[in-house]
Amino acid sequence: MNNTKNTEVERRSFWEKLYIPEIAKGLGLTLAEMFKPKFTRQYPEERWEPLGSYRGRPVLVDDVDGERCVACGLCSRVCPALAIEVNADETDRDKERFPVKFEINMLRCIYCGFCEEVCPEEAIVMSKDYELVFQRQEDAIMDKEKLLVPVAQLQDRLEFLRQYR
Amino acid sequence: MPHFFIDGKKIETKQGKTVIEAAYENGLQIPHFCWHPELSVSGNCRMCLVEVGMPKRLPDGTPEIDDNGNPLVNYIPKLQIACATPVSDGMYVNTKNEKVVEAQEAVMEFLLINHPLDCPICDEAGECKLQDYAFRYSDGESRFDETKNHKDKRQKWGPNVMFDAERCISCSRCIRYSQEIAKQDVLTFVQRGDHVTIKLFDGTQLDNPYSMNVIEICPVGALTSPDFRFKARVWDMSFNDSISFADSTGSNIKLGVRNNEILRIEPRTNPYVNRHWLTDDARLNSYEFVNKNRIIQPLIKQGAEHVPSSWQEACQAVADGLISFKPNEIMFLASAKATNEDNYAFMKLARQVVKSPNIDFLEHIDKSFNDEFFLAVADRAPNTNGAIAVGIKSEESHIKAKELAESIKKGYIRALVVLEEDFKNHEHIIETLDNLEFLVVLHYNHNKITQKAHVVLPASTYAEIEGTYTNKDRRVQHLSPALVTKENLRFMGMKMSRLDKFGAFNDKWTQHELRDCKQSWRIIANISNLLGTDWKFKNSEDIFEEISIKIPLFANMSYDKIDEYQGLVLGKGNNPDPKLINYESHVFKPE
Repeated sequence: MNNTKNTEVERRSFWEKLYIPEIAKGLGLTLAEMFKPKFTRQYPEERWEPLGSYRGRPVLVDDVDGERCVACGLCSRVCPALAIEVNADETDRDKERFPVKFEINMLRCIYCGFCEEVCPEEAIVMSKDYELVFQRQEDAIMDKEKLLVPVAQLQDRLEFLRQYR
Repeated sequence: MPHFFIDGKKIETKQGKTVIEAAYENGLQIPHFCWHPELSVSGNCRMCLVEVGMPKRLPDGTPEIDDNGNPLVNYIPKLQIACATPVSDGMYVNTKNEKVVEAQEAVMEFLLINHPLDCPICDEAGECKLQDYAFRYSDGESRFDETKNHKDKRQKWGPNVMFDAERCISCSRCIRYSQEIAKQDVLTFVQRGDHVTIKLFDGTQLDNPYSMNVIEICPVGALTSPDFRFKARVWDMSFNDSISFADSTGSNIKLGVRNNEILRIEPRTNPYVNRHWLTDDARLNSYEFVNKNRIIQPLIKQGAEHVPSSWQEACQAVADGLISFKPNEIMFLASAKATNEDNYAFMKLARQVVKSPNIDFLEHIDKSFNDEFFLAVADRAPNTNGAIAVGIKSEESHIKAKELAESIKKGYIRALVVLEEDFKNHEHIIETLDNLEFLVVLHYNHNKITQKAHVVLPASTYAEIEGTYTNKDRRVQHLSPALVTKENLRFMGMKMSRLDKFGAFNDKWTQHELRDCKQSWRIIANISNLLGTDWKFKNSEDIFEEISIKIPLFANMSYDKIDEYQGLVLGKGNNPDPKLINYESHVFKPE
């Protein structure tokens, strides 16, 4: 059997082989789309504000009377990507334990939200922050200074979490 | 021998045993908080409630039988505590029926009423009996909605023990321990009902040399050590079996390691050595030198400075140095702190390769540690008996270790090789070391002696090696590595905790210092092979095999056998002590 017969080219009709009507059809489609509403936006001038359910960069909650984290290490234990490292020490506050060192390696983080789910103190939550750009690998390891976010900025997420508690 | 039935299973036991003991010896664990095999029975936690009964008997004494042929049992209407109920012949015990489960749930609910439930903060979390039992024996509900009773946190009981009254479940294990085992009767219950708490008598402190064992036996996190408080979570650490380095008791220990650092030392049960206990000294003073101030590469002295060098260069320097002296001008100083294997290799180097008649070791006797209790002993080195047993005897040495300082001054000794010796309690020798023409030191830490040394060879500490120690009762015990060095990196991979095992190079926790140190016998073998021998030891086990063949005291011993019997006594390789059941307070047995 000769397989060179019945090719794409041979199957085309006469008008298709001419191409000109096809070009006109294509341009017509483009023209029609121009008058339909737009789905894209002018990022970064126009930004997207995610909902409370969005899982962005995990952050530590900085409450009115200081950080909530008691360095129990459950987030570090549950993290499937081993992104979190916590070192604890003692404080004079009511909750005696606090993290001397709390680091999330954002190169490892997979935004699964297990850390938030396991946290007994509601101290680590997923923020709306999705813009993560690093120049060097070391910058991707976030320490407490970068992780602590005032509780006022996290209200959306905390409310969202309370619905499912 | 009386026999009885637990949940229908027939168990033979000795006269006078309690139900909980008999069950434990047969592999059945009845939940308990206050019971401990070494302590008296107090029976106040009520966790071990079981249903107990005797078979009904007909007037002629024969057991009454129901239609199915099973004996009818007369159960005591109220549940009994298994820890205080002695076994009697033919007794029936139920530990899992509805009535018992209901009681266990009630007890758990009661214990948790005033417990702060601050597991995320508490150090005990992860190895807490209350936590484990709440998971298994509690129905997870509390009907208590009043305010919890608050008590004093952060009470300092003594230099090494902190007490958190809120977490305490008043089991009285610590009170009984200090009365019965540590013989320091300073603790007591005060108040009543839910206000009950444990207090020290006025003007006293819990400061006996064994005080930290209360932390170990506390079933909850009420007692903590200021030394370890909040340093690490239990599940982040790896625990490896080892033998205490602190003294010649040879206490069995576990090394708690995180990020290649020893964070805590806890006892491991060995009924023939330390039972369940450990001295505070052994807990606190035998890990700092492992973590800090380590020599991480071979050093050779050039002028007044030490210059880092390769192993090849350093060993060659030692070999060249040793040839340039007459054998009887060289002194080999073995060590009671090194393992049997290291001492054996060292002795072989001295006697057979260099052919020096001078090989001896220093004893580390500190009388201040001796007391009537069995753990604290004056001999502060773990392997004095082992050094003697492998053949390093003072009387066979031309120049004895005691005369070392004088011999160096008079010029009899011109070269000295020091194996893992820090001259503690023998400080007068250190000054005389300046007179030596050649000083080789195998040690782990930078110290006064390594400063004076011409060649410094970094040795691995007891926490990084495989070997054996022989304790004061001449018991040979096996220690295995818990820390990673460059030498054992591949082998250790599987023993590390989850974090250490899977870390990548840019993870902070893996960026610990990887020390280029070697077990002493490997260094010695290197030197010896440069001097023309052909030693083919691949691992410590090879050396131990040679020891067990050549030295009759070690006959029929092997690492596997030592592990199996928790140590073998010298000369009794063939006839080990019987295996006993080891009670581990915090090991939650799967059913």
